Amino acid sequence: MAGEVVFSTGMTGYPEALSDPSFYGQILVFTFPLLGNYGMPAGDTAEHFLANYESSSGQVSALIVENYSEYYSHHSASTSLAQWLYNQKIPAITGIDTRALTQKIRESGVMLGKVIIGDEDVPFFDPNRENLVARVSIPQVQRLGSGKKRVLLMDCGSKHSIIAELAGRDVEIIRTPWNYPIRDENFDGLLISSGPGDPAKCTETVEQVSHALNADIPTFGICLGHQIMALALGAETYKMKYGHRSQNQPALDTQSGRAYITSQNHGFAVDTKKLPQGWTPLFTNLNDNTCEGLVHKSGRFFSTQFHPEAAPGPVDTRYLFDRFVALL
Amino acid sequence: MTEKKYTKILLLGSAALKIGEAGEFDYSGSQAIKALQEEGVKTILINPNIATIQTSDHLADKVYFLPVTAEYIERVIIKEKPQGILLGFGGQTALNVGLELFRSGFLKRQKVEVLGTQPQAIIDTEDRKRFIKRLDEINIKTSRSAVAETVKKAVQTAEKIGYPVMIRVAYALGGLGSGVCRNQTELEELTEKALSHAPQILIEEYLAGWKEIEYEVVRDRADNCITVCNMENFDPMGIHTGESIVVAPSQTLNNHEYHLLREIAIKVIRHLGIVGECNIQYALDPQSDDYRVIEVNARLSRSSALASKATGYPLAFVAAKLGLGFTLPELKNNVTKTTSAFFEPALDYVVVKIPRWDLKKFRRVSRKIGSGMKSVGEIMAIGRHFEEALQKGLRMLETGAEGLVGNTNLHFSDLTDELKAPTEERIFAVVQAFQQGFTIKEVHELSHIDRWFLHKLKNVADIAHDLTLFKKQTPPLDLLKRSKQAGFSDRQISTLCQTGVKTVNAWRQEQNLHPFIRQIDTMAAEYPAQTNYLYLTYNASKDDIGKPDKPPVMILGSGAYRIGSSVEFDWCAVNSGMTLKALGCQTIMLNYNPETVSTDYDQFDFLIFDEISLESISEIHLKLRLQGVVISMGGQIPNNLALPLQQAGIPVLGTDPRQIDNAENRHTFSSMLDRIGVDQPEWKELSSLKDAFRFAGKVGYPVLVRPSYVLSGAAMAVASNDQELELYLKKAVTLSPEHPTVISKFLLNAKEIEMDAVAQKGEIIAYAISEHVENAGVHSGDATLVFPPQRLYLETIRRIRQITAKIAAELQISGPLNIQFIAQQNEVKVIECNLRASRSFPFVSKMLKFNFIDLATRVLLKQAVERPKKSSFELNYVGVKAPQFSFTRLEGADPVSGVEMTSTGEVACLGDDFNEAYLKALQAVGFRFPFKSILLSTGSIESKAELLEPVRSLQEMGVTLFATDGTAKFLRKNGLKVKRLFWPLEKKSPNVVDYIKQGKIELVINIPKNFQQDELTNGYLIRRSAVDFNVMLITNRQIAMRVIEALNENPTFPLCHKSWDEY
Repeated sequence: MAGEVVFSTGMTGYPEALSDPSFYGQILVFTFPLLGNYGMPAGDTAEHFLANYESSSGQVSALIVENYSEYYSHHSASTSLAQWLYNQKIPAITGIDTRALTQKIRESGVMLGKVIIGDEDVPFFDPNRENLVARVSIPQVQRLGSGKKRVLLMDCGSKHSIIAELAGRDVEIIRTPWNYPIRDENFDGLLISSGPGDPAKCTETVEQVSHALNADIPTFGICLGHQIMALALGAETYKMKYGHRSQNQPALDTQSGRAYITSQNHGFAVDTKKLPQGWTPLFTNLNDNTCEGLVHKSGRFFSTQFHPEAAPGPVDTRYLFDRFVALL
Repeated sequence: MTEKKYTKILLLGSAALKIGEAGEFDYSGSQAIKALQEEGVKTILINPNIATIQTSDHLADKVYFLPVTAEYIERVIIKEKPQGILLGFGGQTALNVGLELFRSGFLKRQKVEVLGTQPQAIIDTEDRKRFIKRLDEINIKTSRSAVAETVKKAVQTAEKIGYPVMIRVAYALGGLGSGVCRNQTELEELTEKALSHAPQILIEEYLAGWKEIEYEVVRDRADNCITVCNMENFDPMGIHTGESIVVAPSQTLNNHEYHLLREIAIKVIRHLGIVGECNIQYALDPQSDDYRVIEVNARLSRSSALASKATGYPLAFVAAKLGLGFTLPELKNNVTKTTSAFFEPALDYVVVKIPRWDLKKFRRVSRKIGSGMKSVGEIMAIGRHFEEALQKGLRMLETGAEGLVGNTNLHFSDLTDELKAPTEERIFAVVQAFQQGFTIKEVHELSHIDRWFLHKLKNVADIAHDLTLFKKQTPPLDLLKRSKQAGFSDRQISTLCQTGVKTVNAWRQEQNLHPFIRQIDTMAAEYPAQTNYLYLTYNASKDDIGKPDKPPVMILGSGAYRIGSSVEFDWCAVNSGMTLKALGCQTIMLNYNPETVSTDYDQFDFLIFDEISLESISEIHLKLRLQGVVISMGGQIPNNLALPLQQAGIPVLGTDPRQIDNAENRHTFSSMLDRIGVDQPEWKELSSLKDAFRFAGKVGYPVLVRPSYVLSGAAMAVASNDQELELYLKKAVTLSPEHPTVISKFLLNAKEIEMDAVAQKGEIIAYAISEHVENAGVHSGDATLVFPPQRLYLETIRRIRQITAKIAAELQISGPLNIQFIAQQNEVKVIECNLRASRSFPFVSKMLKFNFIDLATRVLLKQAVERPKKSSFELNYVGVKAPQFSFTRLEGADPVSGVEMTSTGEVACLGDDFNEAYLKALQAVGFRFPFKSILLSTGSIESKAELLEPVRSLQEMGVTLFATDGTAKFLRKNGLKVKRLFWPLEKKSPNVVDYIKQGKIELVINIPKNFQQDELTNGYLIRRSAVDFNVMLITNRQIAMRVIEALNENPTFPLCHKSWDEY
């Protein structure tokens, strides 16, 4: 199996990470050495989204860990991680010095890699050349939940936790494919989901978002959605050396001065130099000063590079969903 | 940053080390001082713990060696006029006295601001009722408990809490009457029984078997909040977290549980309004995500010290900055130097903390562990696999274990009972259970330990089993590698394979199998680290650091704090390292004790947080090419390594290790003394029991029995007859089979004297002589030390100097040394000699304001040194060092001191004369003066006679006298008015124990007649009740005399409150 090798420094939440469509096409390296401790939970379905997973299947190309725990122990576990990976046809290796591998990626940047089983060599695969969003998005429109207001969720590879956050806030969700012509729909707010790969490949989504912004529809972009929103404004994105894939990224709210610990998973970032008038960074990363979110002076459009829905990770910024729903 | 600028802050220390309050507060206080220093704020420190680093002259601007009590703090505040006070860095001691000053309105009157968390928030966390109420306000679940005095009340309470409930009895020997009740019938039965021998019982929600989880939370005044670390207890609820093996980060929590508890932590801390650092403890149901908040500690704690070391996040330093008004985003991560302090560390290793107990040192103590804390120290082990960290950790305890398996000296008569009702050795019982065929399920059901942990333990047992298949052979490479990756030591492998450790080591070298050096960087390699906080692991493929520019000097630290070795050796190690740095050396600290300053990563050029063993040091030497190793600063563990290191070709600095061995080996040392004409108590090396009896018959009882290579009197004992002698010899020999045991004449009524000195090439450069208040027979670690000596003949001092010079010359000592003498009249005999820094080095250094460790370190580096000027040794003040005991924590232990050391800490105070310094020192370890009532039970006729006049003077001062039968008769005959009380076992009233319980007696003087006795005696019951009911206790005749003498001068309390520099 071939893909882009990336590392994540999260110490818990491997079922969520492995099923996160943002990892599509990537070979995931966990820096925390012990993995599989609590097995894999049952995939309980709650209204078209799973409770314990971020999508209905495994998304990573391969998994690399230091010390896999063959034995798991947890009341919610229904199977072992190894069995789950086997079922999902995802290859995995244990016994790898993942710290050394991480240092290599840190110094040289993310790189292509492959996991070869036996003599079956495979060619390298660069996921960033593809439109990955088209692969992980849904094929047709779904209508979920009910409520006074309607949110159009543009699914670029949305995590189920994003859907769950919305569903818990008394709104009806129109979940659409990544390139769905949104003017055909009647809705109160637009949420552009997270997803994998290079945002520049999502030109069709960018067009749709431009339309929503022009139509003054409250819009919230998360992760890839944030980058797409930036592109829709005419700003630019760039590929980071090795991205942010962790649950401990500090983001400073540039307006209030308050800081939050956030969960992140992205390899591209927004360049704030070319932001149009009226737009400012909403959050900034305290470690490297990268852009962590945008906001329009009207307050009706905003975005975050991090994941306010967490899963895995800290839930400190979940309040942003309240802010979004309040705009509808 | 706020506009407010502080210039002077008062910091309260935690006083003497005691069970539950140990070295972690030296770490937190020292970091706080560094943080204040960085901001240009002057620090005033009150802490009588003279062996701490925080009380060194390079840290606080002013140090007061005074009791941490309201009366003294008030005087210091009035004098110093600080703008603010820090209460969160000196444990429960500082917090309690801080609240007292707040409640009395003193702080407000003096306009002293409490920095960081405000008193009201502290009260909300300390007062159980308020705490539950405050958490109820935000719908957070707390564990419930209540006190009941009657069966009816108990039933009502239990109904409110909900069955099952846990019943606990206060002050019951051996936890008598405690237990689980699943329904009303069981409850009535148990409470009836319990209330028959205790006035009240505690009823609490039964959470045994729930997971115990902790989070360390930091919040600033702007409401920014982070959790720095979470930790999971290996031993589930029911065992105090200080008694539990603790793992960081949590291993069996999924994302939902981890973040649910994290979110609650932040919610609670915001609601309570904590500013700075705090700790929150949870019980978590293993079958659901149901939880209870157990408690919040609104201060730095043992857990926060552990979390700091486990993650590299300097919690105390940051907390102090937040107290000054900084916010988290304004501060930098000190490890990466580029990223923010507002972040949550990501670990790429696993940390295991294991408590260190010394229960076998105490007579009559219950060895069961449970909801009370009994451990005296702890270790922290780092590995990339759980098995690796755990096995390293078990060796670090230095209790004789080679790791989890391969131990020959651990046997359990009833494994089921050990798993269910654990002692400090339970973890070894788990493995033995596996070896005897118990399943993981069975062990889990008995112990409630999570199956994930049990499985990891089983892994180790399985590898051990595989190793045993290679009898008298070296294991194949893949098995060897698997073993090393699971934390097996070479010695452990050799034991299992029944071959020599050298064979295993040579085979491993041949296979080129070595550990790698890894860095702790707080960010799991996401950002490069700028500090060298390191550990060793076999679960890696490359080193994180290269060879240093020049060969470094490595200082060996003290390892786990235990009875006989604690913060004083950290002071020595840190001071030695500071001198080495000043002399331009690259310095490495090797230590694994999370409660220390030496394990702060910014203290030295490199910190290696790993085992202090021949194997680990050899591996470090292979990689870093050491210039030399300092073995004389960290106490006995490094000292014992001197000869093996030299034999392994690793340069040892200072005195030749062969000479160290000559001093340690009782046989060679004694022969040497004979040769150079130095007197010593008559002795003999034992070969048989018959020999021992013959020797005792010749010199007469009592005799002292001790094995070689001991610290703090382990397995040392005084025997008064053949029977006792036989008993103790068996104990000594099983404890250390490798070294010979020596028997010597035990001298009665002799003075004991300590000599601390530094020699260069066999010549004494500087020395300090201190005298014990107690007669010989009380372990020097338990003794009260006076410096300079007040009651020694000049001739005695002269002889001591001469003998010291002779020994130094004969052993060609270059470095620190300590010799213990006994003297009767002017006859001086040597009883012990250590060629290393001793427990009293910080004391004498601070008394003389001359750093003996600095001098000794210069000697180690072969620098030219000068003798200190004599004038500086002429003092106009006296220092007294007094021991701190922790008997209250040690259920059932007989609170009497003897040749085995039992104190857990010490303080020292200065005074214009002995009496002033002594009374202050006693106040600093919990004595309360003046008192109005006293119980006398003074043992032998000599004691009675000697104490007669002092007691008479007490009566004249208006103190009410109580006494037991014989003492009462004696006192009455001599014209004193005394109320006679019946012995505890007489069961008649007025009874001693009742009077103690009712608070009618403030001080008990009980002088035991014999040296050792194990049976339940009247004396024991008196002493134990005194301890259990917080009544002052004196068990030594000299102490009793000196205390009364000092009080006779009618001093006014509080005594003089001069700072260190004012003497």
